[in-house]
Amino acid sequence: MRPSHSTLRDLLAKRDFYAGGLMLLLGLGIALKGTTYRAGTLMHMGPGFLPTALGVVLVLIGIAIAAAALAPGESEGDESILPPHPQWWAWLCILMSPVCFIFFGRYFGMIPGTFMCVFVAALGDKGATWLSTIILSAIVTVFGVALFSYFLQVPMPVLTWRGGL
Amino acid sequence: MIETALAGLWYGFTVAFGPPFLLGFIPHNLMFCFIGVFVGNMVGVLPGMGPLATISILLPLTFGMKPVGAILMLGGVMYGAQYGGAICSILLNLPCHPPHAVTCLDGYPMTKQGRGGVALGLTVFASFVGASWGITEMVFLSPLLVKAALQFGPAEVCSLMLLGLLAGSTLARGSPLKGVAMTVLGLFLGSVGTDLETGSERYTFGMTELDDGIELIALALGLFGIAEFMNSVNQVAPINTKYTNVGLKDMRPSGAEFKRAFFPMWRGTIIGSLCSLIPGTGPTIASFVSYAAEKKISRHPEKFGTGLIEGVVCPEASTHSSVQGDFIPTMSLGIPGDAVMALLLGALMIQGIVPGPQLITQHPDIFWGLVASFWIGNIMLVLLNVPLIGIWVKMLAIPYKYLYPSAMFFVCIGVYAANNDFFQVGEVVVIGLFGYVLLRLGFHPAPILLGFVLGPRFEENFRRAMLISRGDIGVFVERPISAVFVALCILLIGSQIYFRLKGDKPRDLKPAGETKPVDIPRELSPQRVPATPAE
Repeated sequence: MRPSHSTLRDLLAKRDFYAGGLMLLLGLGIALKGTTYRAGTLMHMGPGFLPTALGVVLVLIGIAIAAAALAPGESEGDESILPPHPQWWAWLCILMSPVCFIFFGRYFGMIPGTFMCVFVAALGDKGATWLSTIILSAIVTVFGVALFSYFLQVPMPVLTWRGGL
Repeated sequence: MIETALAGLWYGFTVAFGPPFLLGFIPHNLMFCFIGVFVGNMVGVLPGMGPLATISILLPLTFGMKPVGAILMLGGVMYGAQYGGAICSILLNLPCHPPHAVTCLDGYPMTKQGRGGVALGLTVFASFVGASWGITEMVFLSPLLVKAALQFGPAEVCSLMLLGLLAGSTLARGSPLKGVAMTVLGLFLGSVGTDLETGSERYTFGMTELDDGIELIALALGLFGIAEFMNSVNQVAPINTKYTNVGLKDMRPSGAEFKRAFFPMWRGTIIGSLCSLIPGTGPTIASFVSYAAEKKISRHPEKFGTGLIEGVVCPEASTHSSVQGDFIPTMSLGIPGDAVMALLLGALMIQGIVPGPQLITQHPDIFWGLVASFWIGNIMLVLLNVPLIGIWVKMLAIPYKYLYPSAMFFVCIGVYAANNDFFQVGEVVVIGLFGYVLLRLGFHPAPILLGFVLGPRFEENFRRAMLISRGDIGVFVERPISAVFVALCILLIGSQIYFRLKGDKPRDLKPAGETKPVDIPRELSPQRVPATPAE
């Protein structure tokens, strides 16, 4: 087999390089943190034994994945990390939706929490209009609060005001 | 042996039909079974909502329920979704769920020829045959497996778990190496929180909320809810409902068609049940293997893909037989074969039930009730499917832009309700983002759940085995049963390396959702709904 022509630039374009790198970093973090717990002996294992071992295994797998990306001719690793049409705004909306639920739910209760959760998530869609978003949020709020608060008795105040934000 | 199994089955039916009654006459457990299959059937049709996300959303609702009702309902979602998935594949050419991707190949051409109704009718029948076989297998095989498993010491349990985890991560989807990485990560995530034996906390970084470990529901909803929504948002195209008017009359196959479908149906069933016995090979692999096998033995393989009924019923029967068969190792050994089964086991553990070979004797109501509910549920599904297909297809018209924000609410409230704590909702955001990064890097997150659920038990048994053997790691190969499992593990890894060096994965075992599917054209990859369904 001829030596590969993959320069550093080629390597950086390979998805598996990052995949392996991520696993390597995670494993390293796990293993290093694991050494701060007592490892014990094989017979009397301490809390740190298994996690540290798992971290080491993860490092090795990470290296193997990244090394496989070095091999030439593997088309599998060439796909780019970002999808063809990155949806930054929609992703942000989806991730912010539970954050809104936490914030509004904690300080103002289930109704505002639910409304904001659905509202923010719905804004992420390309075809969303203010009106359709508000209507959807209102409908989900009515049904959701009825189901979870009154029927399933989830202990969360429906409406509240916790001052001193 | 047979008498005890039949007695158990009879007992199961009394559990399923028995008290407590709602409103004086509706059997409690039967109703939850019905809710489960109904919801499952519905989400099976909807693209972008898999059984995993649905079970995780429903999971918090089951906390207040009795364990039997809870597991009957959650199990119902699982096999109910399989019936729904076939509708999508046949009528719309949408492989919403990986096991049904292969059904599109011959199902959709049949629809275009106006025989979609027949395909559906025979599929429902084949599914029922497959499922019944899987259940029968469960009735007679589980007690045998339990008998063997009760002899297992910690060393055997440990190596069996290792085998299950390895098989689950390497045979499933995508690169085996990445699958193993995900399993290891899952095992680690399972160790977060208070160490059961020493009481010291691990990886909590001072957050007391993490003392009980990472919340299973937050993990499942982050990986299969939020990450999946991020993957599909603004990517799901409107659906072409040109061929979806299927009436009851259209579904009746002619005698000739029935005759033609009969043997493929049984071949699919057998292949599915064999696949379910190998840990880690779920319904997706079963359906692909059976389609390939059916094509191979056919006298006119070139006609496959043009709307042959064999190409529809064989994989469908196989899927269903495998789905039911997957419950065997899960319920009798406590070793789940895939992520859905891991989630169901997690649901049992939340209810305070320890999975493992002792489950059948300690909680016969759960095991036999579940078995009986499978049969009842499958009959319900056959009856439901016929009149409801039209309604399900109409539900497909609900745009994704209404679906996912509503689902976000269910995610949030579900995670909150698990502990009545907002901290877990925060967990779901972090896990969701992390899960999406993993998806984009080409990892399939399902093995994480497998590792996470098995992790604590794996560690416990590993420690115990080491304690008994006085720290001698050789115990795993010295005890004969354990040695067999270890040998199978090595065989598995060896074969993966062999195929890797040969530059080829075993073709038959290659399911959809990969970058290079076997027969499925690229646009049919179940991860993404095609932009415009063909024609």
